[in-house]
Amino acid sequence: MPLLEVRDLQVRFSTRGKTVYAVNGISFDLDPGDTLGIVGESGCGKSVSSLAMLGILPKPAGRVHGGQVVFDGEDLLTLPDERLRHIRGNDIAMVFQDPMTSLNPVLTVSRQLTEALRTHLDLGKKEAAAEAASLLDRVGIPDARQRLRDYPHQFSGGMRQRVGITMAIACRPKVLIADEPTTALDVTIQAQILELLRTLVREEGMALILVTHDLGVVAGICERTHVMYAGRFVETAPTGELFANPRHPYTVGLLKSVPRLDAARKQRLDPIGGAPRDQTSEPTACAFAPRCAYASTESWEQLPVLRELDGATGPAAHRVACWNPVPEQDLVAAGIRQAPTGRQTGDQPDEERQA
Amino acid sequence: MTDTQPVDTATRQDTDLVRVEDLKVYFPSNDGLIFGRKGNDIRAVDGVSFTIRRGETLGLVGESGCGKTTVGRTLLRLYDPTAGRILFDGNDIASLSGRNLRRLRRRMQMVFQDPYSSLNPRQNVANIVSEPLRVHGLAKGSEADRRVHELLDIVGLPAAAANRYPHEFSGGQRQRIGLARSLAVNPDLIVADEPVSALDVSIQAQVINLLEDLQNDLGLTYLFIAHDLAVVRHISDRIAVMYLGTIVEVAPADELYARPLHPYTKALLSAVPIPDPAVEASRERIILTGDLPSPANPPSGCRFHTRCPYRQPTRCDDEEPALRELASGHTAACHWAEDIDSGTIQPRQDAVAAPLGGHSGDAAARPVA
Repeated sequence: MPLLEVRDLQVRFSTRGKTVYAVNGISFDLDPGDTLGIVGESGCGKSVSSLAMLGILPKPAGRVHGGQVVFDGEDLLTLPDERLRHIRGNDIAMVFQDPMTSLNPVLTVSRQLTEALRTHLDLGKKEAAAEAASLLDRVGIPDARQRLRDYPHQFSGGMRQRVGITMAIACRPKVLIADEPTTALDVTIQAQILELLRTLVREEGMALILVTHDLGVVAGICERTHVMYAGRFVETAPTGELFANPRHPYTVGLLKSVPRLDAARKQRLDPIGGAPRDQTSEPTACAFAPRCAYASTESWEQLPVLRELDGATGPAAHRVACWNPVPEQDLVAAGIRQAPTGRQTGDQPDEERQA
Repeated sequence: MTDTQPVDTATRQDTDLVRVEDLKVYFPSNDGLIFGRKGNDIRAVDGVSFTIRRGETLGLVGESGCGKTTVGRTLLRLYDPTAGRILFDGNDIASLSGRNLRRLRRRMQMVFQDPYSSLNPRQNVANIVSEPLRVHGLAKGSEADRRVHELLDIVGLPAAAANRYPHEFSGGQRQRIGLARSLAVNPDLIVADEPVSALDVSIQAQVINLLEDLQNDLGLTYLFIAHDLAVVRHISDRIAVMYLGTIVEVAPADELYARPLHPYTKALLSAVPIPDPAVEASRERIILTGDLPSPANPPSGCRFHTRCPYRQPTRCDDEEPALRELASGHTAACHWAEDIDSGTIQPRQDAVAAPLGGHSGDAAARPVA
């Protein structure tokens, strides 16, 4: 049995008579040590999904409309608040995008860190302080013991995110959900934080769910990636396979629209035309059809579900929710795949490497 | 649409539209809350020189706090320079005032990062776009209306947009409105400060393509300020890299990426995540330690020496490196650029992160530090 099992999760927001269909049935499994990426653009429901899993949707507008989130045999969506609070922080923890807003500005870092340690781990005051210092040290904050006395505003953005991560890992959770953990940071600081997350996952054996809009970030850290559009997963595959052999037109569109540092400069970018779906009605057809060059009558009429490609199942499964997956020759034409049919992913010329 | 005097493209290419010489912009800072003791000035820009040629796009990259936005704003005299000269088409912007300044400003416009806060929510699009026309007394009444429609068409918005309000548009469309506004006065130079950072990637590409089309059609010159190196490289002809108020390297776009000569540029490039797991798994990454030092009290000598993985004893700490031309059109401010480039000087081992070595977890490929 997987550690975390999400089944057909649906989230809706109701405001002034309007309903927004934010998440429309997503399912995935997470095993210990897994690193899972959820990629999508703003409004696709990626952040809302993680908030819903932890029962911290903005109330009263947001509510879980259906589905299950089973952690260790318990459905988090039906648990009483008391029990859920225990799991949240203890077993599943979250790192948010902006550490400035997720930390309390009027309490010292020490207060906030030891609070978690004392409630969840039942540590005494002295022990908690010592543990807090060693945790700060663990995430690479210099002079950890001194810095405990500081307030969040006295830390730089990168250091603040380290504090945010420290709070999340304080109780050695089994699952860490990181929602755009590096989006507010500069690239060199982003590199530090990603390196830290990689180390933590490797050494602590945590499972990681990384929610981001940045394809580059998942490429370096996640084993499996889900691409999300309009509240549904449209493609899911091992990350290497996804990038080398994307089959959903939206995934291909995303890859084609970002300029890449390691490839020759293109004359023009290929944007995805149109705008994201207005989600005030329930999707009954492919949500991407209005922006898709491959759309057929089926796309406009029936909701595609995730189906396996080439029969691979289990951890290697590559699933696409599309009536007309992008044909291979188009991937070659788009420069995503090399011309020969051999499915090699690792043999690109390594232009990026510098002496 | 065409401006009054058609300029011969050949002569355009080889003259500089903007020349910045030893520009310094300091902001005063006070230590105390009320009885402010005078603190060190924040040296946002501290001795920057560069040129922008007519019709080219100069990219300005660097991390937050490096002074890139201040440079852009000072170029438009939104800030007053503390020292140095800014020549726009031969006129020193710093010495102008009143009418002369306004006349020159008509030729330079700005596009802002946040399409949500840079448009007045109470004005309709026609008003927003025609405001520069009214301010500069260029058109009014039906003539202004005609111009608004023309501008909306240029940036790819329907004519019906004119009567609508900013909140009715998506981020990408708002950025188009901002562009239409900046184009209203037929500027020569557009300073685009992070114009696509607030947009989703699929929309980003639309706006970038639009910027390029506009440049080709209208002969615009861009100063493109951004932190996203892949985007900057895509759009720029030349790129200047800033660190802590100074320019550390300038090179043609492709050259900068193929052969970065300043250690900071190297680190910056290696920190950009590449959307390809195969590349991510194999490339060498330089992880900088620490944060950006305070611009109120920049490090002595080379400003990057506190974080530089190639730092050499004494000289880097004591002597400020000047920008030197190391290849044609390629300048860098590093004492040791040649030795680093040839491999004679290697980075400190602890600054080089092991390649990720693929997702199957084969640790065997990792070199032992």
